[in-house]
Amino acid sequence: MSMNRREFIKIAGLSSILGIGGVTGVTALKNSVEASQVSKNPEALTAKRWAMVVDMSKFASEEDFQPCIDACHRVHNVPHVTDNPKHEVKWMWPETYEHAFPGNEDEYRAEKYQHMPFLMLCNHCENPPCVRVCPTQATFKRKSDGIVMMDMHRCIGCRFCMAGCPYGARSFNYKNPRPFIDESKENPEFPTRMKGVVEKCTLCYERLAKGLEPACVEAAKEVAVKKGTTPGLIFGDLEDPASEVRKILSERFTIRRKPELGTSPSVYYII
Amino acid sequence: MYNGGKILLGLIIFISLVTAPFWLSGKQATAKPDPKIDTPEILKLPESDRQCVESKAYMKKEHMKMLNEWRDWVVRDGVTVYTSTTGKQYTMSLQNTCMKCHSNKKNFCDECHNYAAVSPYCWTCHLEPKEKGL
Repeated sequence: MSMNRREFIKIAGLSSILGIGGVTGVTALKNSVEASQVSKNPEALTAKRWAMVVDMSKFASEEDFQPCIDACHRVHNVPHVTDNPKHEVKWMWPETYEHAFPGNEDEYRAEKYQHMPFLMLCNHCENPPCVRVCPTQATFKRKSDGIVMMDMHRCIGCRFCMAGCPYGARSFNYKNPRPFIDESKENPEFPTRMKGVVEKCTLCYERLAKGLEPACVEAAKEVAVKKGTTPGLIFGDLEDPASEVRKILSERFTIRRKPELGTSPSVYYII
Repeated sequence: MYNGGKILLGLIIFISLVTAPFWLSGKQATAKPDPKIDTPEILKLPESDRQCVESKAYMKKEHMKMLNEWRDWVVRDGVTVYTSTTGKQYTMSLQNTCMKCHSNKKNFCDECHNYAAVSPYCWTCHLEPKEKGL
């Protein structure tokens, strides 16, 4: 059978169109099959954009904020590295006023504000610079609830995100973290990390999926019950006008860290 | 043939060296992997419930792909519940679902992985179940 060029091009063109169309069709079908296999836990806590309010009037001394940090670090198997301060790993930590809110220093400001232990965590920014610089999308913003997540499986340890984060919320595992986790206190339900990955607060995505509040919020509630006050950490949906967080924001004066950078943090401070 | 004896001797030495691994290992083939599924957690279940997330054949062949999919669904998409082909629902978690039954990593995971000389890096982060007497 002989074929001229015109016929050959016709057949080649037609078959490539069919091929591309067929592949897309098959992939679409496959995705729909997979999607029907998995679902969200109906008990999960959901929001459009999670946010936190830190009421500093409730955090006067170490005994007020340390339970929150301890709860967080215990639940997530965060290593307690003490031999080198540069190798410290922290998801939640106290900070002085001048470090938390630089550019707002005032030598005549009352002493108590200078030395207040401002409780810091990842700000879960609306426009997170860490996500923009991550070359592997190991850190990404969840579209469903605005959590800035870490996918430890993908992290290559380049530390761009640490340079990108203006809040110092990220820690690098310079060494194997396992020896620095107290085995008697480790949480068998959560993984550890390995040497060479970056970690940070994930707003307890694994607890939210089970319908539990973040560990620090729960700890703050326990402290409040003990002291007979209201909790110092308030957690809720920033996009829901009826949420507790929004109620506080509409009544009290709150500040955020470095708002001039345009990252739009989701953690608010009442001083 | 010039130097026939030497050439033959050389050939014999060469062939015996090349085939040495086969002779030296003898006929004792490496024991076939035999992953154990008799953990106390599994034995506690009633006979009818002793069924993995999917069929044994599927799990044998596809568990690695399934774990990768589970990982992406949970970490990246935020969905945590898996509905198996039998309609039963499971929480997608290596540490909290798989290893709760298969609490014998040494005699289950490692058994085949060592045989096949693969070393998946699950356990650099994920905590393996505490096995008694190890």
